[in-house]
Amino acid sequence: MKRILLALGLITTFVFGLACERRGGGGAGDTGPIKVGLYADLTGQTSSFGQSTKNGVQMAVDEINKAGGINGRQVQLLVEDDQGLPAQAATVVTKLINQDKVHAVLGEVASSNSLAAAPKAQEAKIPMITPSSTNPKVTQVGDFIFRVCFIDPFQGEVMAKFAINTLKAKTAAVLTDVNSDYSRGLDQFFTDNFTKMGGRIVEKQSYTQTDQDFSGQLTAIRSANPDVIYVPGYYGQVGVIAKQAKQLGIKAPLLGGDGWDAPQLFQLGGDALNGSFFSNHYSYEDPRPEVKTFVDAYRARYNAIPDAIAALGYDAMKVLADAIKRSGSTDGQKLRDAIAQTANFAGVTGTISINQERNAVKPATVFELQSGKYVFKENIYPEGMTPPATTSPANTNTGTANTGAANANTAASPAAANANTANTAKTGNTK
Amino acid sequence: MDTFVQQLINGLTIGFIYALIALGYTMVYGILRLINFAHGDIYMVGAFSGYFLANQLGLASEPSLLSLGVVLIGAMLMAALAGVIIERFAYRPVRKYSRMTTLITAIGVSLFIEYLFVAVLGNAPLSFPQLLRLPEWLPSSLQPDQNGNYRLFGRASLSIVQILIIGVSIILMLILQWIIYRTKLGTAMRAVSFNLNSAKLMGINTDMIIAFTFALGSALAAAGGVLTAQYNPTIYPLMGIITGLKAFVAAVLGGIGNIPGAVLGGLLIGAAETFVVGYGQNIGIPSTYRDAVAFSILILVLLFRPAGLLGSTVQEKV
Repeated sequence: MKRILLALGLITTFVFGLACERRGGGGAGDTGPIKVGLYADLTGQTSSFGQSTKNGVQMAVDEINKAGGINGRQVQLLVEDDQGLPAQAATVVTKLINQDKVHAVLGEVASSNSLAAAPKAQEAKIPMITPSSTNPKVTQVGDFIFRVCFIDPFQGEVMAKFAINTLKAKTAAVLTDVNSDYSRGLDQFFTDNFTKMGGRIVEKQSYTQTDQDFSGQLTAIRSANPDVIYVPGYYGQVGVIAKQAKQLGIKAPLLGGDGWDAPQLFQLGGDALNGSFFSNHYSYEDPRPEVKTFVDAYRARYNAIPDAIAALGYDAMKVLADAIKRSGSTDGQKLRDAIAQTANFAGVTGTISINQERNAVKPATVFELQSGKYVFKENIYPEGMTPPATTSPANTNTGTANTGAANANTAASPAAANANTANTAKTGNTK
Repeated sequence: MDTFVQQLINGLTIGFIYALIALGYTMVYGILRLINFAHGDIYMVGAFSGYFLANQLGLASEPSLLSLGVVLIGAMLMAALAGVIIERFAYRPVRKYSRMTTLITAIGVSLFIEYLFVAVLGNAPLSFPQLLRLPEWLPSSLQPDQNGNYRLFGRASLSIVQILIIGVSIILMLILQWIIYRTKLGTAMRAVSFNLNSAKLMGINTDMIIAFTFALGSALAAAGGVLTAQYNPTIYPLMGIITGLKAFVAAVLGGIGNIPGAVLGGLLIGAAETFVVGYGQNIGIPSTYRDAVAFSILILVLLFRPAGLLGSTVQEKV
């Protein structure tokens, strides 16, 4: 009896081993399904980001497969939850690469998580595209790491410009999430630009994500009397900060970055957020056809309005698919080269061209928060990028919406360099 | 000056929350010489009980003092039940072994509760409904301004949430004092804490008294959870770790096993960390060092008074 069991066990092990072997072998070549790994925070502190990214990526994958796949190969999406923890992000990406043998990796939103996982992809020479990590250090990890969003030096500059040019602010206070690479990066870039443009930082405070009470920091900020308060954190804390700021009678508007973009922001902050401003990647009311098709499909499928995180997830997958198609291969090196050559790709979040630093150069949109809605304020373009004549959401003339977006790396005309506050049209933007 | 007063109010508010939780640590320690590491998680369980009560009973959409009272008392009862269950099934079976066994069990229970909640609910923050609203018939002179504040002087103000936290905490502490010093149960608790075996010989049902102590401590922690959630609506399964740790430090600072000591310790830790945030920068301490400073105070106090501020060193009789 014992011997039979032993024999059975050996056979099972052998067969199982063979099966694994074959699966691994099939994945490495240029035939069989294309495996794309996605790591995202599905259950942690920033799980809204993870869920949105997953929705966007999944929708792109299904569209691609429905249209016959890429070069006749179907895309297989493997999703891993990193619980919003950097160490966990590194672990699941290692698993995706070594065990599941994925051809490319997508993720994360929070820069600290992307920074932890990127070295794993770089070591294995598997291309990684982060949809929405904006800290510049992420793509500096190595030449296999890309992104389809703008970076924080630009995002910090956008808010500094907006504060000084549009809000006419002279003094600012900064409240940073000290354990987040994203938040500390934005703090630095905002501060540099704000002071360079003649503003003054009158108070700097910080918090951690486990803090239960922010009134100490806010009271200190209140006594410094700033014109604006820059809070480059994530929605989970920002909502509460807005609420406690209002309780303390602080009237200065709060400013922030794309980390605010989540439906939960309003659940936590409510009306205390009215009159705050933040920079984001796209407006879902943009009349460009890419945006409209995407928004309609997303609404039909998930019964929700896609936030920028979802749109970037969708774009990241589409950019990857485009690169696989052009290279005709899923070999790591060839795929990397193809992604690096991405130029003028018409994405939902704007025209995506990957530059020398493997970043996308794109404009940012500033929104004002009003009773649970995003109200479009203005588009701010990076230096050297010509604002297309007709991308303002209020503009109804949309026939050739994006043809004017010149390559961001070309030399700028004097007018373009100065076009920071070009589109100031306002429109109701419900979210 | 108004900033100083404001920071003091902020500090005392958070300090009263620590004090409520610290009372549970100190009572259980007083009776069992057990550091109940799961106590911080009971605080979390209390906040979640309140959240589900408010949503299930439909009170989330109609804030009033009555809704708040129902949610507060309901959450306290549910947490008390959780405390009794933990004591009955985790601590009582191992009580007869060494103290180390119980301590390690407590750490296990703490992790079990935390990750049970993460497994069931995920670790994403939930938004606790705001239930505090003063009745309409109150004369306008007693109503706060539109931000929920009462102006004191200058820019210093006291919000109704802060009044709620401080007021409810003080009431609960007075009730606790009454239970311990004016009722039979309280007398029995003191007897058990004095000497468990003698108390048993005197006919006291020690198991029942220990369970009651857990219920009492857990109810106070749950009150802390619901009150904090009125101040900061984010609740998540791991919210009890840091807060529980600070409350434990408060209990040790005041002298563990000593009830007024727990309150004093909580207020001191709350005020100290808020002042670090408010004024630390002037002497080169960034605001994120608030926790480090709170713990440094603990070390300093323990160096000079090993039994804590109000604790008394008892000579061990050999």
